[in-house]
Amino acid sequence: MSQTLRRGPVTGTAVKKPPAKNKPFLLDLYATAVGKKYVMAITGLIGIGFVIAHMIGNLKVYLGVVNEGGERVYDADVYGEFLRELLVPILPRTYALWGLRLLLIAALILHLHAAYTLTLLNRKARPVKYQSPRDYEVANFASRSMRWTGIIVLAFLAWHLADLTWGWVNPDFVRGAVYRNLDASLSRIPVAALYVVANVLLGIHLFHGTWSMLQSLGVNSPRFNQWRKAAAAGVATLIVVGNVSFPVAVLAGVIEFDGDAITCCVEGEHK
Amino acid sequence: MSITLDSKIPEGPMADKWSNYIASQKLVNPANKRKFKIIVVGTGLAGASAAATLGELGYQVEAFTFHDSPRRAHSIAAQGGINAAKNYQGDGDSVHRLFYDTVKGGDFRAREANVHRLAEVSVNIIDQMVAQGVPFAREYGGMLSNRSFGGAQVSRTFYARGQTGQQLLIGAYQQLARQIGLGNVTLWNRTEMVDVVNIDGRCAGIVTRDLLNGEVTSHSAHAVVLATGGYGNAFYLSTNAMACNVTAAWRAHRRGAAFANPCYTQIHPTCIPQADDFQSKLTLMSESLRNDGRIWVPKNPDETRSPDQIPEADRDYYLERIYPSFGNLAPRDVSSRAAKRAVDAGQGVGPLKNGVYLDFADAISRLGLDVVWERYSNLFEMYERITGEDPRVVPMRIYPASHYTMGGLWVDYELQTTIPGLFCAGEANFSDHGANRLGASALMQGLSDGYFVLPYTMAPYLSEWLNKPIPDTSHEAFAAAEAEASDRFARYLATNGTRGPDHFHRELGKIIWDYCGMDRNKAGLEKALAEIPALHDEFQKDLNVTGSDTSVNQTLEKAARVDDFFELGMLMCQDALVREESCGGHFRSEHQTQEGEAKRDDENFAHVTAWEWSGDMAAPIEHREPLEYEVMKFQTRSYK
Amino acid sequence: MSTLTNITLKVWRQDGPDEQGRFETHQIPEIPAEASFLEMLDFLNERLVAENKEAIVFDHDCREGICGTCSLMIDGRAHGPQHGTATCQLHMRTFASGDEIVIEPWRAAAFPIIKDLMTDRAPLDRIIEAGGFITAATGGAPDANLIPIPKPVADASMDAAACIGCGACVAACPNGAANLFTGAKIAHLNLLPQGQAERFQRSEAMVETMDEYFGSCTNHGECEAACPKEISIDVIAVMNADYLKSKLKNRKSLSRT
Repeated sequence: MSQTLRRGPVTGTAVKKPPAKNKPFLLDLYATAVGKKYVMAITGLIGIGFVIAHMIGNLKVYLGVVNEGGERVYDADVYGEFLRELLVPILPRTYALWGLRLLLIAALILHLHAAYTLTLLNRKARPVKYQSPRDYEVANFASRSMRWTGIIVLAFLAWHLADLTWGWVNPDFVRGAVYRNLDASLSRIPVAALYVVANVLLGIHLFHGTWSMLQSLGVNSPRFNQWRKAAAAGVATLIVVGNVSFPVAVLAGVIEFDGDAITCCVEGEHK
Repeated sequence: MSITLDSKIPEGPMADKWSNYIASQKLVNPANKRKFKIIVVGTGLAGASAAATLGELGYQVEAFTFHDSPRRAHSIAAQGGINAAKNYQGDGDSVHRLFYDTVKGGDFRAREANVHRLAEVSVNIIDQMVAQGVPFAREYGGMLSNRSFGGAQVSRTFYARGQTGQQLLIGAYQQLARQIGLGNVTLWNRTEMVDVVNIDGRCAGIVTRDLLNGEVTSHSAHAVVLATGGYGNAFYLSTNAMACNVTAAWRAHRRGAAFANPCYTQIHPTCIPQADDFQSKLTLMSESLRNDGRIWVPKNPDETRSPDQIPEADRDYYLERIYPSFGNLAPRDVSSRAAKRAVDAGQGVGPLKNGVYLDFADAISRLGLDVVWERYSNLFEMYERITGEDPRVVPMRIYPASHYTMGGLWVDYELQTTIPGLFCAGEANFSDHGANRLGASALMQGLSDGYFVLPYTMAPYLSEWLNKPIPDTSHEAFAAAEAEASDRFARYLATNGTRGPDHFHRELGKIIWDYCGMDRNKAGLEKALAEIPALHDEFQKDLNVTGSDTSVNQTLEKAARVDDFFELGMLMCQDALVREESCGGHFRSEHQTQEGEAKRDDENFAHVTAWEWSGDMAAPIEHREPLEYEVMKFQTRSYK
Repeated sequence: MSTLTNITLKVWRQDGPDEQGRFETHQIPEIPAEASFLEMLDFLNERLVAENKEAIVFDHDCREGICGTCSLMIDGRAHGPQHGTATCQLHMRTFASGDEIVIEPWRAAAFPIIKDLMTDRAPLDRIIEAGGFITAATGGAPDANLIPIPKPVADASMDAAACIGCGACVAACPNGAANLFTGAKIAHLNLLPQGQAERFQRSEAMVETMDEYFGSCTNHGECEAACPKEISIDVIAVMNADYLKSKLKNRKSLSRT
């Protein structure tokens, strides 16, 4: 890709070069920008699936305390344990969860790699920028800020794991105590604010991401095309509203850890 | 080089001439085709289709275009459609009827055998273009749709919205692109042909100028095809694209190719009138508008009221008045002249009083706005984009403008010019339309020449040259032509006068339009013949071209093209002067009936006038090819 | 007839592909509102020539919005502020007296600047050469009505075929991608029954050739907004779907050989 002007007669431009060794199908597809966009779209779809499932799981905090096997426990904690026990008779404990985690990690890496290489390609495609201000007509904040919202959401993801999975930045962290950790973390106003901001950015990322995914996957039906943007807005709104409700609920006192309400903490240990 | 006009019309009955020709012509065997190099100049419908087909057959083809891409050629701007004698509508169409309509529409000044061949291959063109993926309009049943066009009583026009020319050119361009991709055709873009080189009485190649760096280069070949379009821009304001010019054909003419019937120019009646002195070109509004629009002017030349305030009694629907049976659908030349008469009488409308109204008010009240809008919305929108007026509210203003040129390089039945080895196709040649072209026939002729005629008719010439050496570009004739071209461009740059080429083009165009436009007479033509050389002298002394000859210089390109328009303009006027009759697009006011209609003189002028360059633009040499009609009988065109 | 006064033009001038460019300011004291944008540039050029200066180089030809030769980034928009309109059909009445108008060439790695406002758009031709055609040797075509094509299919194909190849989509795209151009050509041919035989070869070859020159699509939709023929980005979805299919199908056919 160069900006030098080539001059002279043109002929034989489509004569096939001797075919290189056949690459495996997926690598071959990934070699073009359109193929990379497929990878972006499919890994993005996995991400959207995860974010929606994650949010639905988290809604368990609103169910408060339930009676489980004779113990009174937070339903969210039960759900956490359920994930670890997923497919247990077939697979050993946490194997299925790790399988899902590995899938997510792989999707994330591919999503990042595709985004990175496409960004480089796009930079090379216009090495000299316009020297006067552009007047964009339809490119919106969401579509133009995908890189930034993506990077910020990625940074937030790291914080989020450190906060509620590993507990490094959560002084009151207790492994497995989902409800308690959530309350402890989000009771800190700056942290709650960070969650709100990050989720709004995530929503913006997903608004363009969902619409873009449909387009990249070639979903094109004259009957449904008009709904694509609306579907994207719906997905984004759902996620933002669901996720932002948690810090708001914590600060409003709707979610408040009460050690006396439960008789058991997770992983079978009595307190 | 002395000129003999041998039309090489094959023997046999009219309907069998072309098939006889194909059956008995000499061929070049497939293995030998590779040995021949053919140059095709121009990549419009005729050029692109010729280059693609010749490349496909196995010849080494070099295609030249001064555009950045072959797809830009002005064939792309044709709106209406393409004729073909398919008789899909079952309305009695046939090859013979298309042939008949075309000869009659051409006012009996076309060569019968060529026209018949055109009508025969018209059928193949549609098949070919559909196979290539041209999305012609369809009926709900999936069959091709047709519309009717002026000068015909059957529906035989195929169309793709209002963009038929675009779709056909893209079809031909795609075939050319395929051959370029495969390596059968070599494309030289942004390269303009500036001369033809003859060696030992045959065309040996061309000289080109690279528009990006001014380099002048020679190219040799076994045969050269010119498909370089018409010369309508001689009028300065025309519906042609800005770059359309006569240079390629004119340079060939100066090297010995006869130029036929230059006075046959077509003026299209429905164009948007000039808005101001800055105007660079005129835009056509499809003739189909006349199906529902009524043409009128105010009776009073001093009318000041706005059109909607003028009562019926004060309007002159002049076409309906003079031609009651055809009314607003009178043929192009007839309605153009009527509009000119109205404007010349001071009844013109618009700020410059240079147009006539094309009013849709009646159609809207009769059919409803929705129906009218559905039929013409794209044209109405285009009109509004250009003029800022909404034709649903204010009547459209239209005026005739130069649109197509029937004249061009003289060619025989094989499309070979009077220079052996130099062929000419499409609008650049004179062959098929006589003195007037019918609507939707230009696309047909371009594709016919390129796809279905040249690939056959070049073979006999080429077969003579099998395994014989041809001179390459090191021959002194090439060097001389290169030097001549370089000197010419250097001269334009060195004139250092005060006015740019556009100024001279505008002045020249005005002379040609005024005296050799819609209405011509002896005195006017003689005046033009005196004024053009004077202006040309001024051009040679006072031209100013800035910039250099080593990078893109559009002013310099323009200067060279305008220079050639001067010489062509002289020939147009000379041709118009000697043709002492009125026929088709050529109207001599001395030769009209009492009602003001064209009066043909078949006794003295049923011939093609082919001009030979003498070296002096004021004294060309006239030759005549008599037109003999085997099938058709002379009759008067009447549209009353 | 109204007249615009005091227009200030900031025009990009660049002597050659490798030269440093700069904006040059010119005043247009008076211009009729009826003049087209390019006629205003013609007028300026005639004045420049009269002042013994070099005329501004810009691409243009038919001035009817169909040949696709004209270009220009006008006030940050490809083909200027009016929707569905190529630069050559833009008229001065779109502007107001006293306006400052900035004119830049189109910028993309694939479109190197030749001089001033003129760029080289040849890579668009390379994409067509790779597969933007239906192979149909001259003379061998069956009757045109042999294959009926439903009107909606012909219309959809025509919508895509309206592309004039101007390159505005590339110029407007923040990424310099040519997906709308390529998608339009693929949709035009792939929708038609005649185009089926080469459908997958075509899609693969065209997409991969496009990849050699242009950036990638991030679905902003700027191309659609800039397109003088208002071609919908749905054609990009058609291209994406057919590219994946072609990858699968072409593999299958290869494995059989």
